Amino acid sequence: MQTQRLLEMANQIGDFFQSYPDPVEARKDIANHLKKFWALSMREQIIAHVEAQQGAGLHAIVGEAIKEHRATLAS
Amino acid sequence: MDKQMDYGTPAVIADKQVTLEIDGRQVTVAAGTSVMRASMEAGITVPKLCATDSLEPFGSCRLCLVEIEGRRGYPASCTTPVDAGMKVHTQTPKLADIRRGVMELYISDHPLDCLTCAANGDCELQDMAGAVGLREVRYGYEGENHLKAEKDTSNPYFTFDPSKCIVCSRCVRACEETQGTFALTIHGRGFDSKVASGTGNFMDSECVSCGACVQACPTATLMEKSVIEQGLPEHSVTTTCAYCGVGCSFNAEMRGEEVIRMVPNKDGGANHGHSCVKGRFAWGYTTHKDRITTPMIRKSIKDPWQEVSWDEAINYAASEITRIQRQYGKDSVGAITSSRCTNEEVYVVQKLVRAVFGSNNVDTCARVCHSPTGYGLKQTLGESAGTQTFDSVMQSDVIMIIGANPTDGHPVFASQMKRRLREGAKLIIADPRAIDLVSSPHVKADHHLKLRPGTNVALISALAHVIVTEGLVNEAFVRERCEWDSFVAWRDFVAKPENSPEALEPFSGVDAEELRAAARLYATGGNAAIYYGLGVTEHSQGSTMVMGIANLAMATGNIGREGVGVNPLRGQNNVQGSCDMGSMPHEFPGYRHVSDDETRALFEQAWGRPLSNDPGLRIPNMLDLAGEGKFKAIYCNGEDIAQSDPNTQHVTHALESMECVIVQDLFLNETAMYAHVFFPGASFLEKSGTFTNAERRISPVRRVMTPKNGMEDWEITARLSTALGYPMEYQHASDIMDEIARLTPTFEGVSFAKLDELGSIQWPCNDTHPNGTPVMHVDEFVRGKGKFFITQYVPTSEKVTARFPLILTTGRILSQYNVGAQTRRTANVAWHQEDLIEIHPHDAEERGIQEGDWVGITSRAGETVLRATITERVQPGVVYTTFHHPESGANVITTDNSDWATNCPEYKVTAVQVARVTQLSDWQTEYQNFSEAQIAFAGLPADVAATE
Repeated sequence: MQTQRLLEMANQIGDFFQSYPDPVEARKDIANHLKKFWALSMREQIIAHVEAQQGAGLHAIVGEAIKEHRATLAS
Repeated sequence: MDKQMDYGTPAVIADKQVTLEIDGRQVTVAAGTSVMRASMEAGITVPKLCATDSLEPFGSCRLCLVEIEGRRGYPASCTTPVDAGMKVHTQTPKLADIRRGVMELYISDHPLDCLTCAANGDCELQDMAGAVGLREVRYGYEGENHLKAEKDTSNPYFTFDPSKCIVCSRCVRACEETQGTFALTIHGRGFDSKVASGTGNFMDSECVSCGACVQACPTATLMEKSVIEQGLPEHSVTTTCAYCGVGCSFNAEMRGEEVIRMVPNKDGGANHGHSCVKGRFAWGYTTHKDRITTPMIRKSIKDPWQEVSWDEAINYAASEITRIQRQYGKDSVGAITSSRCTNEEVYVVQKLVRAVFGSNNVDTCARVCHSPTGYGLKQTLGESAGTQTFDSVMQSDVIMIIGANPTDGHPVFASQMKRRLREGAKLIIADPRAIDLVSSPHVKADHHLKLRPGTNVALISALAHVIVTEGLVNEAFVRERCEWDSFVAWRDFVAKPENSPEALEPFSGVDAEELRAAARLYATGGNAAIYYGLGVTEHSQGSTMVMGIANLAMATGNIGREGVGVNPLRGQNNVQGSCDMGSMPHEFPGYRHVSDDETRALFEQAWGRPLSNDPGLRIPNMLDLAGEGKFKAIYCNGEDIAQSDPNTQHVTHALESMECVIVQDLFLNETAMYAHVFFPGASFLEKSGTFTNAERRISPVRRVMTPKNGMEDWEITARLSTALGYPMEYQHASDIMDEIARLTPTFEGVSFAKLDELGSIQWPCNDTHPNGTPVMHVDEFVRGKGKFFITQYVPTSEKVTARFPLILTTGRILSQYNVGAQTRRTANVAWHQEDLIEIHPHDAEERGIQEGDWVGITSRAGETVLRATITERVQPGVVYTTFHHPESGANVITTDNSDWATNCPEYKVTAVQVARVTQLSDWQTEYQNFSEAQIAFAGLPADVAATE
């Protein structure tokens, strides 16, 4: 899938969770959302993007969530 | 054929019972019951003409008179309530004399053509003539009469023959009480009294063709044309309508294997004997000449179709799936289920994907309508379903409708809602458009919050702000029933000044004072219920809005009892059911995540195959990957993504890119034009199964005729599965339901036998609730404590600009259904032959657009051309259309924008420009050429796509 499409979807998810008062919980719930609703191939692709491009084009909190919960998301 | 018993007047529900004597028999009934009904319930028939148990008593025909000891005269039994100790006589010489006299008068002005009358054998006037022993008419037939009154045949489905009218007013009362349209009246007085539909004929009137008047008519005055043409039915089978999410129960009245008419079932839990123009009359598509009944295959969409045997078609499809999975991997294949299919059909498709394809690449058309409901209500309340029964609305004091148009989308429920509104319930409507309920006969919204499309979340946060800052929260409820920490976070968020109505007014366009008044009414007006539709879900913040609605209900304690709740109005008949059955790529049946080890083990054991613990692809994911050459085959079961899904060009490019598209449908739909295998499907009249409506009501679908394609749809899926090496050995749809019940806790107590016994069942149905659960979350939420979510308004990325200055929003109309595949093949096209674009007079004038002009609508995604209709229903800056006709290309202009949580498309917000044009768009010209070629490839008549 085109990475740009994944970034748009991930950023929308970030828009929702960034209003959480607790950023730790927000990052955890972003990762949970990706884990629960995105196919593994899509998760692997966005992880690769975060690692290769330092999360370019990605909402900061989403990038942080992916880095923080990488192990969960990659399995 | 046994007719349903007519007790003459409606049933009364009362705690107190009253005992009286009727014709020497002791009879006990609820206090307030009419003498007529008490008699009928005791098996004592009282003659009647103007009374019927679907309508309040009227007391005009004077045929139901009785004698009551100690009372003077001959009171009408329909309008006389029972009293304790009352002694009633229904048959005396004097009563017989009066009744014969009354009948003489009626018959003196009635055609004596009983033997050739369409109602012969089904006429209450005829029955009453017999019942009262009428042997002569002393007045003769020569006097002034109505026998030459002109027949009105304008309605495509029924005729109005005033020569046969006895002016009992049952039709007028049905239009008022049952339907709530008030299209009929009694015009004139005395002998000149006649039923009138406005000043013209039925088609030119306000009549919505619901059939309530036809149902109520005791003579042949209002009569189905199908009965006039074919005669009366000889047997009847109770089944469930295949149209909207109300899920009306109907008696299919048959002659052999031919449907003569569909009559709404008085015992139907969702409809109580009412119907709409679609369910009542628009079933002709089931035998339409466009039906394809022989399987077809082809190598390429550039090739003509080849008719083949079922074995050949199934083996070809199986071999292609096998080849593609070997070549491209198991994840290169998936399936789409449809909300137009039964629970059993959907269940076997998702089982095929999970157990045989070996992935979770199954999705459903709810993806593009109510997937945010599933997500939002699961998060907040713990269950992906509406909380109430439809009947619950009769206990509501305040009704809030958000982004729904019930009179068009859910007409039978709208009639019930209007009844409650006429009784005095208050009404708040949040909608960019002035839907009918904003102002219709005897119904006027107390507040119409006319928001700009795309600003729902601003609206809900502002409503919440008022409730929180003005001290209207039901704190006792919140403390007892909800997660307090989540409430506090939400409360602090909505209380911020930036969430006030005044601060959000520039975004939403809703007057702050009006919004404040609406919020106060919702929070303090008594039982308050929210009903919502696709105007909530089909947005980039659809899921946020659903959670916002649940927040509001929890904060005010409006959940967990009759009269309140959160009520998604589901578009199609089985949206709830298709989701219940595990159609989503992340869930097994019963909304259990595929990563849940215990659930997965249960299904692995039952199905004997290892199952994936990873969510599969959603429809838009599949289409994106197909366009990139990474997703190669799809089994599309009863769904037409080429017409219904957004950004048509993107969808058709994806379909063209696949190596095997398998479509199972009644017709060569838009998706089938891109298919390589066509499995002809069976109509709802040709199969057994169940539908689950918007109130979680599981209702039986019963086979009334032999499938024209040779088998029921679940059998096709089962045979495909067998060809793929995994036999599904069900003998009947009931076997599938038994498996569902074994594996799904909320369906644990459901079986076909129980549905036969109870008529319908609202899930959860289990040991605790053996007869089902009408109202959910009564003592606690399914998730335990209700959870509040912060609903930050995030404006859509679909921005209005100088190039695209208007917002296009889309919706439905009464006479057509979804992509129109069914209703376009019925006489319903008389009301809607083409999709129009509604435009406000100011916007039209600015562009020099006149009523009926062709206008081009251009968005960032594409362009199409429709005829304009100029109306103040839409606000300036907003245009509106429907997508019932494929050639309209409404989804050529909608974009890929979608809900953040579920990818539900943002159909409701597309930035467009509109201008007068003189010819069709390029897309429409290409479409015309392509579809004509595809129709020829299938050997169908050239007018297959035309409306008939």
